[in-house]
Amino acid sequence: MDIVVSVKTNLDLQMIRIKNREPVLEAIPYKTGDLDKNAVEAALQLRDAVGDSKVIALTVAESNRKVRETIKEVLAMGADEAVLIVDPALESTDQAGVARTLAAALQKIGSYDLVLFGEGSSDDYSGQVGPRVAELLGVPQIGYARKITAGGAGVLVERSMDEFIETLEAPLPAVLTVVSEINEPRIPSLMNIMKAGKKPTEEWSLADLGLDPAAVASSCETLSNLAEEQDRKHVMLEGGAVDQAAGLVNALLKEGILGR
Amino acid sequence: MADILVYSEKQAAALELVFKGKELGTALGMGLSAAAFGPAVADSAGAFGAHGADRLFVSEDPALEGLSVDVVAEALAQVAREAGATMVLIASTRRGKELAPRLAQKLGAGCVTDVSSLVLTDGSLVASRYAFGGNTVARENLTTELKVFAVMPKTFEIDGPVAGAGAVVQAALTLQPSAAKMVSRRPKEGDAVNLDAAERILGVGRGFAKRDDVGLGEELAAVLGAELACTKGLSDFGWLPEDRVIGLSGAKTKPDFYLAVGVSGQIQHTVGISSAKLIAAINTDKDAPIFQLADYGIVGDLYEVLPALVEKLKAL
Ligand SMILES: Cc1cc2nc3c(=O)[nH]c(=O)nc-3n(C[C@H](O)[C@H](O)[C@H](O)COP(=O)(O)OP(=O)(O)OC[C@H]3O[C@@H](n4cnc5c(N)ncnc54)[C@H](O)[C@@H]3O)c2cc1C
Repeated sequence: MDIVVSVKTNLDLQMIRIKNREPVLEAIPYKTGDLDKNAVEAALQLRDAVGDSKVIALTVAESNRKVRETIKEVLAMGADEAVLIVDPALESTDQAGVARTLAAALQKIGSYDLVLFGEGSSDDYSGQVGPRVAELLGVPQIGYARKITAGGAGVLVERSMDEFIETLEAPLPAVLTVVSEINEPRIPSLMNIMKAGKKPTEEWSLADLGLDPAAVASSCETLSNLAEEQDRKHVMLEGGAVDQAAGLVNALLKEGILGR
Repeated sequence: MADILVYSEKQAAALELVFKGKELGTALGMGLSAAAFGPAVADSAGAFGAHGADRLFVSEDPALEGLSVDVVAEALAQVAREAGATMVLIASTRRGKELAPRLAQKLGAGCVTDVSSLVLTDGSLVASRYAFGGNTVARENLTTELKVFAVMPKTFEIDGPVAGAGAVVQAALTLQPSAAKMVSRRPKEGDAVNLDAAERILGVGRGFAKRDDVGLGEELAAVLGAELACTKGLSDFGWLPEDRVIGLSGAKTKPDFYLAVGVSGQIQHTVGISSAKLIAAINTDKDAPIFQLADYGIVGDLYEVLPALVEKLKAL
């Protein structure tokens, strides 16, 4: 089985500080998408369960520098090959543009049985790219997978919806998105990190995929992007546990939360 | 005249969007259509009409059974063409959030998901959504002619709806069943909880070392009269059900009081508590980000502070 897993590199969101409601983005390191790592882990487990399979990591970015570490990380986790689509025109694209690029890359790769995504990216969390790629490829999609089993000509997927757990069956090829509870992504060993550099990696531009920059132009204009205002008291309650507990109860009485 | 088209598999969420759609439609000079699929949906035409829908497109096409996302997307694309809709509003439930982008792709439309507000500004609709994992709120303007918005449920309050014509239209659909088949479906475990409406919430996180220890949190929640909630970190362990998760992928709450216990305060969690009137936090790590959002902070071990709090509260 050929499993392609799509991964995104985002800023390390925990490092972002807010200054006058503006996010300060300078000198923030990059990080591999959290749910994307769950997708990679799911792909590796499926590969090993099915046998005679391979996992290809696929990523899209405006520069090689941005995704280099991500690719190294997922290859070290155990992906067999990587395909990078790198083009400056991707700097300002939107989810539709990313989906078009990924679908074109999948067509050029030629052989895919399963295409895996995280249920959303860590930064935008829009959940758009997986379903858009499924539509472009004209294949079934099953979102929010928390258990994937391969069997026969297809996959059996248990998925977590708002109020229900559903089990669905789909023939291949299919697009799946995974939720974080599906697994705990492995941490690559030092040896695998060393070996990752030797794995086959392809880099293509949009032109290599027959796409011109207009095909990935964004149709989503961001008018503003600011933090919500927060005005907090920041009172630290000192002393031992008993004093701190008393301090909090007193504060809650004073604030009118308790004692009505 | 172009239409706004509203759909959700959940009727309450659909009616909320119909109500908002009517307001937007009136301002933009657009009509309002809704779609509902499945057996006996025509019976609800009255409710849709009373909330402002001019037309309710219904279908009992057997291909829609199980509401496979590819088939529902195709059905809505066909309804959108039949209704002349240029804007589609879908409720951003999990089902809606995977449906909206697939529909948008079919229609060549732009799309924003998890929309937290829709405001008409200079004749165009501006949709807000969380960005940078919840650090910020981005205001988006779609420049495509067709637009799809997946709006978070309970974003709008229904308040004195304006009636529409409420006509029922049998949609003329040509559908193929999905290649993906539903094998089974069961309700999730756990008591139903409504965190959106809770006035006091106690949120527990991975600071609890064992599943059984979460009982300490339950005990405090009981004496505090608070609803118990958790981080995704904790629900991923399977210690509490997912419907108790607060944050980007869980509930967005607005209680009078939120108490965070053993919660680090990563942005994907705090985005769901930032509207709380008062926030207190208990954490062993004085540098935990949760303290940046706290009105009252206790640097301490929950295993010591929680029993002390329970005692103090019981003595009130
Ligand atoms: C796309 C995406 C969506 C997400 N959506 C959500 C969401 O909706 N909701 C959500 O919650 N998370 C979400 N997350 C996960 C989020 O990023 C964090 O991983 C999660 O909130 C952390 O949970 P936690 O605070 O329980 O655990 P941790 O981050 O591990 O924090 C545990 C805390 O407990 C403290 N502690 C340890 N021992 C004690 C003790 N004895 N007494 C007191 N304190 C102690 C520690 O100092 C630490 O601060 C999402 C992540 C992604 C990528």
